[in-house]
Amino acid sequence: MKLEKAILAVVTTDKTRISGGAPIFICDNRNESEALAANLEAITDGIAHSLSDDLFIIVKH
Amino acid sequence: MNEYTYPIVFGIMLGVIARMIMLRTDYRQYPTYLHGKIIHISLGFIAASLGAVAVPAIMELEFTAVTFLTLAATQFREVRNMERNTLNELDQLELVPRGKTYIEGIAISFEGRNYLVIFTALIGTLLYIVFNPYLAILGGVVALVLGKGLMSGSIIKDIVDIKQHDLHFDGAGLYVDTIYIMNIGLKERQEEILKYGMGFILTPKNMNVITTIGNLGQRQAILHDTAVSLGVFRDSGTPALTPLIKRDLDDGRIGVFILPQLRDVEKAIKVIGSVPVLESAIRMPSESKPIAKEEFE
Repeated sequence: MKLEKAILAVVTTDKTRISGGAPIFICDNRNESEALAANLEAITDGIAHSLSDDLFIIVKH
Repeated sequence: MNEYTYPIVFGIMLGVIARMIMLRTDYRQYPTYLHGKIIHISLGFIAASLGAVAVPAIMELEFTAVTFLTLAATQFREVRNMERNTLNELDQLELVPRGKTYIEGIAISFEGRNYLVIFTALIGTLLYIVFNPYLAILGGVVALVLGKGLMSGSIIKDIVDIKQHDLHFDGAGLYVDTIYIMNIGLKERQEEILKYGMGFILTPKNMNVITTIGNLGQRQAILHDTAVSLGVFRDSGTPALTPLIKRDLDDGRIGVFILPQLRDVEKAIKVIGSVPVLESAIRMPSESKPIAKEEFE
């Protein structure tokens, strides 16, 4: 089976609410996580989606 | 030289002219290159010859010669395959792909045009032999006009109302009017999208149209054509900047989100309006027997 979509990375500032799965990047604040997500987006050719204020996922479509 | 030489030559010429008229390079940019054109004119010549020769063959009581036409059918189905394969290959490298439905539509019309050429050549030769050259020219012109008419289908403008709407964000969600398009996480990208993006709402004029424009291939065709005509603000490696069309499930309206290089609302509405309605996308629920026709009016 070919995966159409996949979560490539998770960027978060709240490390108490995450575990497992995709690579996780923990940041100190919103600014840092935005910068990191922007970089990851460019590098992985994915899209940075924001699920809440402190959580980004990078998804390959 | 015999009595059939002139009629056959006339039929072939008429057929080739018909093929040349139907082979126009427009905004679809296909076929753009000289070799592509030569291939199609040559095939048109073969088609015209088959059509032109069929009439004298019947007149000479060579009925089996008509079976040659089945050979033509096979030949031109091959043309359709060829077009489909080429376009599929090229499509993978487009910034905004055509989509399979659009490609199939183009391939079908390439096959169909060859049959029209056969038909035109046949009419021309028949009239020439049975009546006289003048009537044949008249008949030929009628066949050309008819062929041209048969080959042009309806366009999006005929089936929907197009209105421009501003894009806006609700949190990370991008909306055109009330239609959700996608989730854009980064502030930077959101600003880019608000700056370069444009939103349009296409409201279907009746129930049949809802299914037609809901078709993913038809939607992709709209995106492709707008990208071709207005340019597109994107590159490989920026998947967040992807033109998209989403549907309002309640009433079947579709929200078009595009990133044109040429940001002119009037032009964009014209371009979207002149996208062809794809044959394979057309659905006619109103023709469905169990459902009363009035329900759709």
